[in-house]
Amino acid sequence: MNPINYLYLSALLFTIGGAGVLIRRNAIIVFMCVELMLNACNLAFVTFARLHGNLDGQIFAFFTMVVAAAEVVVGLAIIVTFFRSRHSASVDDASLMKL
Amino acid sequence: MTTSTGEAVQFWLLGIVAVLGALGTVAMKKAVHSALSLAGTMIILAVFYLANGAYFLGVVQIVVYTGAIMMLFLFVVMLVGITAADSLRETIRGQRWMAALVGIGFGVLLIAGLGNASVHSFTGLGQANSGGNVEGLARLIFTTYVWAFEITGALLITAAVGAMVLTHRERTERAATQRELAERRVREGAQVPPLPAPGVYARHNAVDIPGLLPDGTPAELSVSKTLRARGQIRDVSGEALESLRELEQRSERHAEGEGESGPAPANGANSANGANSANGAAK
Repeated sequence: MNPINYLYLSALLFTIGGAGVLIRRNAIIVFMCVELMLNACNLAFVTFARLHGNLDGQIFAFFTMVVAAAEVVVGLAIIVTFFRSRHSASVDDASLMKL
Repeated sequence: MTTSTGEAVQFWLLGIVAVLGALGTVAMKKAVHSALSLAGTMIILAVFYLANGAYFLGVVQIVVYTGAIMMLFLFVVMLVGITAADSLRETIRGQRWMAALVGIGFGVLLIAGLGNASVHSFTGLGQANSGGNVEGLARLIFTTYVWAFEITGALLITAAVGAMVLTHRERTERAATQRELAERRVREGAQVPPLPAPGVYARHNAVDIPGLLPDGTPAELSVSKTLRARGQIRDVSGEALESLRELEQRSERHAEGEGESGPAPANGANSANGANSANGAAK
């Protein structure tokens, strides 16, 4: 088996995540789809590291994980605040910056 | 260098499950089910990292992603939970189909682009991992990427402070005391006495069963607000009337069987009974 199959899988997962972001209306699920896309990118990075035989790709995946963790913390805090003020987690209701 | 057969088998088995998990994340109606599907996909990705020689990242993926991030997601789903049902109504007409089409188009482009790449041989991580994967990563992080690493620390601190600022809520006014609440109720004139208790004494005393008003209709106020919002009220008012009717029928039948002076049955199913009543009429 050629490791490029991992890249195909990564592309597939990224596409599914992107389609999910476009399709779903629940902010939490949209956020989960973003996480799926980030994970797919990480898989591509790790595979590239193996293809090239050095660890730089893994370092990039590591930084992506750190940034994703920070992003999740802030994003979920925003969702909770939004839910408090509007009693809804639908992205359709988020049309104004302020209530 | 090529991969082993075992790795190929593992890839095809787990790859299919990973794609199914990703599809489940998008397609599941409830946010909890989506989160669980995503957690499954992430665990499989951790296995793939391990297979690709990224031992440190494989463990970090399980600890940080499935351990911390997905639990945070589940926590928020529980917090936002009940009323956050996804509306299936489309606000833009045909948006779902268009989005699916765009997704498929994007995927075809991406995969076709990958198909053009000529990757016939690969280097493998044998040499890079020779001194240990964690040691190799540490050497890179603290030499070449040390500036990015420092910036990441600042980012994490900012994110933690940001989350606290966003979710913290200062109480701007004093909480009303019990006396003030009582006075307000009297002033407004709405529901001065305590709320009615739930349950129907003779049969049910569960909290999700509304008490019945004198005319037999359920008193919505006797059930807690949360249960009302969830629509989890068990209405037994119809049941009570039904059983009352049943009781009446039964007592009627009982009276018929006992008292022989009752009116003759119209259908005359029981011939002996019919003869009896005919006798009575003749007398």
